[in-house]
Amino acid sequence: MSALLDGVCAALMLAGAFFTLAGTVGVLRFPDVYCRLHALTKVDNLGLGLVVLGLALQSGSWATALELLLVWFFVLISSAFTCQLVARAALRRGAAPWTGRRPP
Amino acid sequence: MAELRMGLALFLLLNILAGLVRVVLGPSLTDRFIVAQLFGTTGVGVLVLLAAAPGQAALRDVALVFALLAPVTVVAFVRFAVGGEASERERR
Repeated sequence: MSALLDGVCAALMLAGAFFTLAGTVGVLRFPDVYCRLHALTKVDNLGLGLVVLGLALQSGSWATALELLLVWFFVLISSAFTCQLVARAALRRGAAPWTGRRPP
Repeated sequence: MAELRMGLALFLLLNILAGLVRVVLGPSLTDRFIVAQLFGTTGVGVLVLLAAAPGQAALRDVALVFALLAPVTVVAFVRFAVGGEASERERR
């Protein structure tokens, strides 16, 4: 049972690391600031959530697990607000959204 | 399990370093700034992973403080770097 739990936790944390890598690749490769924000605030939070879930499952105490989930909850709220604020700021500064067409 | 956690923490740290490439390349101020959000999320991940080691439980509280203070930088950025410019434009 303990070995099974360890395996599940390791798989969750590795998946979290994979999604964090996907978020970083998105930030580096996506064409404009809105796409990058999208990669950053969605995929990275999923990655952090999976890491936190893996750690909370193997932490062994309810208080620790709840604190870990609270950390994730705050990061989720903060990036929801961040995405909105920064996207509006970029639009106000005049960043044109990417449409997939080459400029003429 | 401890080795896996340390390895993952190192991997997340490498992600932060890769994010610095975007800070250098730009092209706009907003592009540079969103990497701060990457640092926030990934840094919290590193701290949470390190806090699972025996005797390092205080790092979990540090991660909580990081998560709470990260949006303050964003609000400051939007307010002073972008909001100031917009209000000047409105004044004209």
